[in-house]
Amino acid sequence: MEISLKNISQVIQKNILPVALGFSVLIGWEVLVEYFEVPPYLLPGPVLMFKTLWSDRLLLGSALWVTLKITFFSFCLATLIGVLLSFLLVQSKQIERALLPYAVLLQVTPIVAVAPLIIIWVKDTTLSLVICASLVALFPIISNTTLGLKSIDPDLMNYFKLNKAKRLQILFRLRIPSALPYFFGGLRISSGLALIGAVVAEFVAGTGGTGSGLAYQILQAGFQLNIPRMFAALLLISLSGIFLYSTMAWISKTALKDWHSSESSGDES
Amino acid sequence: MASSTSPITEAKSNAIEVLSAAKTYAGGVKALLPVDLKVERGEFVTLLGPSGCGKSTLLKMIAGITQPSEGKVVLGRRETLPSSIKSNHPLDDQEQSNYSEPKLSFVFQSPTLMPWANVHKNVRLPLDLAGVPKEIADLQVGQVLETVGLTDFANALPRTLSGGMQMRVSIARGLVTKPDLLLMDEPFGALDEITRHKLDEELLALWEKNKFTVLFVTHSIHEAVFLSTRIIMMAARPGRVTEQFFVPEPYPRGSDFLVSNGFMQYAQRVQASLLKASV
Repeated sequence: MEISLKNISQVIQKNILPVALGFSVLIGWEVLVEYFEVPPYLLPGPVLMFKTLWSDRLLLGSALWVTLKITFFSFCLATLIGVLLSFLLVQSKQIERALLPYAVLLQVTPIVAVAPLIIIWVKDTTLSLVICASLVALFPIISNTTLGLKSIDPDLMNYFKLNKAKRLQILFRLRIPSALPYFFGGLRISSGLALIGAVVAEFVAGTGGTGSGLAYQILQAGFQLNIPRMFAALLLISLSGIFLYSTMAWISKTALKDWHSSESSGDES
Repeated sequence: MASSTSPITEAKSNAIEVLSAAKTYAGGVKALLPVDLKVERGEFVTLLGPSGCGKSTLLKMIAGITQPSEGKVVLGRRETLPSSIKSNHPLDDQEQSNYSEPKLSFVFQSPTLMPWANVHKNVRLPLDLAGVPKEIADLQVGQVLETVGLTDFANALPRTLSGGMQMRVSIARGLVTKPDLLLMDEPFGALDEITRHKLDEELLALWEKNKFTVLFVTHSIHEAVFLSTRIIMMAARPGRVTEQFFVPEPYPRGSDFLVSNGFMQYAQRVQASLLKASV
């Protein structure tokens, strides 16, 4: 009981500053908008933004659902492909040498430039958006997981070899656990990138007249000068990003907190 | 008391035979000139020398982690041939050999534990890798943890243990397979003096009880004299064996041996030799 109370007070102490800062900014924003009588088509105040969020909740809610769905599928696809490619990359130096330049190429080519092509090529809009977003989210998974699979304590590797460990034993008992902290780092970056990829791809598709996600709503609201709705949609995108990042951070912390220094509090050791 | 010629021993009683094994790295750097060394079963031999004298290289060659560039290493009946006449995949010789091999355990300079696994699972690792059934393995791990005094910490993760305790886990992992030959690469080098001495004493007690062969690398004269039946002195640039000393003192050796005149005399001789080797 005492411990849980202590934990709660710790959580409050940890979060009180960012929350207080957020509230002050919102209040300051509202006061300034009211004081200078800024018209809502230039800059709506937060009260109007939340009001619009409520009144347009059905429209924005379904748009949010579409965007989250694309983000989720592309994140899963990127994770799956990224992990498989990483396993392939660490099999031999030759494979790595052959594949890595193309992985980098994938990373440095702007998705905005590739998205129109993919949207033309792939008939199904959702699928084309998922492909675009996956391309954006893929690289951090590949680079982090590959690095992780290679970052093995050389003496521990020698120990496994001395004990005549088989390839699969080395993979499951040594390589994969060693790679986990790096893999989770990759997930954290990629979750945000999948959202960015989904939004960017929706923008491209939206300019072509198709789409139903949050980016499309932002575009439409822009055309109609419905700036409060634009802000409401933007707020939803930011909240989604924060939610995704915190979920990944939580998963990483839960999986690693016991043994990895990146996730355990300093006073433990 | 001290002798600088190799004793001629019966081949069949040798745990280790190093036959003119040398190590030259790519680029021509001579890490180790040809070494001839025989270690009898049940001996406690220490490799002592300054940094860069090749003592760890020699130990790793004996373990099969590194292959000799020339000469060979025979463990019991197992042979490690020069890398030039075999595939460069390490430890292949074990599969090629038809002979039964001695059970070998290697204890590294750092504890080299799996940070994600608790003490029990870390110690069980060699048994798991060998495919020993879990019930039998757990029983053996329980016994060895009791021997090294870690029973209460079976569920602890390595990072929650002190350096000395982590090293103890590493030794327990080395002992759990009941090895014939224990190779130790400066295992207590990173520990404080008191912990180091305590672990030295514990190691000696285990050695006396279990009668395995130990080849122990250290750069501490006191540790070498305290532990060994024989000290092999090595020199650097290029790495080579220069001399050997026998320490024919009875076991068990306790703290009183450390402060005896005999101990001081051995230490002085070894120190003089070490200084000569360091020039």
